[in-house]
Amino acid sequence: MAIQVFGFKNALGLLRDVRFWRIVGQLFFVLFLVWLGTTLWHNLTLNLQKAGIQIGLNFIQSQASFDIGERIITYSPTDSFGRALFVGFVNTLRVTGIGMVLATLLGLVIGLARLSDNWLIEQLAKLYVEVFRNTPLLLQLFFWYFAGFAKLPSIDSNTPPSSLFYLTNRGLALTWVSATAATGIWIGLLTLATLIAIGLWQWRRWLRIERGVASRTWLWAGGAIGLGIILAFAITRASPFEWNVPRLNATELEGGLQISPEFTSLLLGVTFFIASFIAEIVRAGIQSVPKGQWEAAKSLGLKPGVMLSKVILPQALRVIIPPLTSQYLNLAKGTSLAIAIGYPDIYFVANTIFNQTGRVVEVMLILMASYLGVNLIISLIMNLVNYSFQIKER
Amino acid sequence: MSLDLAPITDSPPVSTSLTPWNWARKRLFNTWYNIILTIAALLAIGLGLKGFLVWATTQAQWAVVSNNLKLFVAGRFPDPLLWRLWIILGVIIGLSGLTWGKLQAKERLWTRDRLLIAAGIAVAIGLIPISFASRLISGGLLLLLLVAFWLGRLLPSRFNRWLAVAWALSFPLVFWLLRGGFGLQEVQTTDWSGLLLTLLGAVIGIAFAFPLGVLLALGRQSTLPIVRLFSTLFIEVMRGLPLIGVLFIGLVMLPLLLPPEWGQPDQLLRGLVGLILFSAAYIAEVVRGGLQSVPRGQLEAARALGLNPLLVIGLILLPQALRTVIPALVGEFVSLFKETTLLSVFGLIELLGISASILANPDYVGRYVEVYLFAGGLYWIFCYVMSIASQRLENSLGVDQR
Repeated sequence: MAIQVFGFKNALGLLRDVRFWRIVGQLFFVLFLVWLGTTLWHNLTLNLQKAGIQIGLNFIQSQASFDIGERIITYSPTDSFGRALFVGFVNTLRVTGIGMVLATLLGLVIGLARLSDNWLIEQLAKLYVEVFRNTPLLLQLFFWYFAGFAKLPSIDSNTPPSSLFYLTNRGLALTWVSATAATGIWIGLLTLATLIAIGLWQWRRWLRIERGVASRTWLWAGGAIGLGIILAFAITRASPFEWNVPRLNATELEGGLQISPEFTSLLLGVTFFIASFIAEIVRAGIQSVPKGQWEAAKSLGLKPGVMLSKVILPQALRVIIPPLTSQYLNLAKGTSLAIAIGYPDIYFVANTIFNQTGRVVEVMLILMASYLGVNLIISLIMNLVNYSFQIKER
Repeated sequence: MSLDLAPITDSPPVSTSLTPWNWARKRLFNTWYNIILTIAALLAIGLGLKGFLVWATTQAQWAVVSNNLKLFVAGRFPDPLLWRLWIILGVIIGLSGLTWGKLQAKERLWTRDRLLIAAGIAVAIGLIPISFASRLISGGLLLLLLVAFWLGRLLPSRFNRWLAVAWALSFPLVFWLLRGGFGLQEVQTTDWSGLLLTLLGAVIGIAFAFPLGVLLALGRQSTLPIVRLFSTLFIEVMRGLPLIGVLFIGLVMLPLLLPPEWGQPDQLLRGLVGLILFSAAYIAEVVRGGLQSVPRGQLEAARALGLNPLLVIGLILLPQALRTVIPALVGEFVSLFKETTLLSVFGLIELLGISASILANPDYVGRYVEVYLFAGGLYWIFCYVMSIASQRLENSLGVDQR
């Protein structure tokens, strides 16, 4: 009966106890990690000391003294490293955001075409998916950039002095709108008219459902917006915007919306690549909707468009959204290949800073934080979208 | 009361095959918008194909491809030592043929597809502009593949284990032939380039990333909190970063993390470390899916039998989990194969890198379309074949039937 705390019997019992080994094992794992961490950190500081590089984030405020070719927020070489990184981050967000929209639209079209009853369209969509999915993204970027834009005509004496759009080896110049003094009033009035139109729409719909009155929702809502337009024109007596047409000035294109070949190649590359994956996700999602749902929708006499938008897609989206989110994350990560064609995204800027200062640890941490930020933004939005499409039970 | 039921008569199944005319009416011209779509698509295909053919036969200068075939495939591997690459190819083809034959032992020997593919390869060997000797060896290798396939079907199943041993032994053999030493002339790793480096990177990447990925997946599913935390953190950080960032860690940060007296490790090695860490995280997530698909009862039954945790994992959990995720693993391999292109950003000259250096040659200035079409075609063939193989595998394993 005596409890032998340090006795042979209990020690053996301890050794045979899985719980004991679990704790010991984890202890050793922690010790190993601590040893690994301190050794690596020691090596790192030693190596950086030898190279004469300090560690610390205060360098962010010193002057960057390199230029960034493409930016949508103001930046000059006299600005700080931090500002340069922010310019890169905004550039990454820009190409990611536009790419997400375009890739979704293209993916949806190709995915639907994959299910078309037209054999030729189905085969073309399949060809698209197989070609773009089975070649590396970097190769596609090179193709758009070197075999696409570099082969376009250069600006020379044959270039027309003014044109609605230019497609040259220096990029794309489009006619765009530019704001005038009247733009503010137009936007304000149209926003107001839209809000009223939505209210009227809801009211007419409520009347139809509750009282059985002919609703004419389109007429009411359209009337409100039409009135808004007439009012805005009466007040300002001017068009809401001016067309800004690109034109040739000596050897440079001016005005309009100028899009660089780097940005366009990157955008085309990630859009076409990710769209091929999205197309397969859309196809799988639509095929996951039971056949009975199609038949029920058809037997109710719904038109193809209504059937797709009201019956099939809402159900398919529940299957589509989770893998779609991971494709969006892939797209955001894919934009980091920008460095290969010289578009100044966050990785490009971080790499330039590393080459100038040798601050490897800080650059790595900044990169991790930026991509974590982009991923979090995308995941957050997509989780909200996902939530709104979940089955809502009463 | 009795029911009068009409006697069931045997009638032939309704024929579902359509005449070409009816097929076209049903699949191409059934509605007005399909008629428009079909005509528009035909026009687009016609114009696109015509434009491409005109370009390919008149403007394109394919000399940039045909003169540099060796560079594309074997990179800067020294010319006098090319026989070693042929031997490697022979070993791999022989073993693949045997394995393939074993896997399909129960099926017919000569299906239409197989004959067509073999004939296609034979014609390709006859057409591509290579020396007569190379053509002869290539033909011999095709023959070797077919003979090995035939032999593999005949091999009794007790040779399965030997086949696995042969595969395991082939790795050091291939490495020896590539690197030299032990009586062979040495080849620098910087001379491993072109398609050779692409394939090497993908195979080494998957060979090391797979065990690491399995460990990480087990760690993430583990009941040990510290191990789970570490694995989850590692996987999520790796998956959150773009590959180019992970390669940056491998190529730029790794030398700084090692003791100063070690100097700079081999550049290829550092690149591969980045690639392996990155793919391991993705493989871990795939394997985790497999682990979660194993019914709980299997584990409880194993524990009830008194197996210790290691045996539960090794004998019960992993065999069932890995079987279900083989197709997804092939998918990971395909993406790893495509992602080796990023090594070229860091100066490792794989297929895309060698394309860039060929384009830098003043003789071939501006021949971007030809070179990238050719390189893209090579990537496409490998990825497409692997994805087809993955689908076949999925069917033969009956993954979705269980």
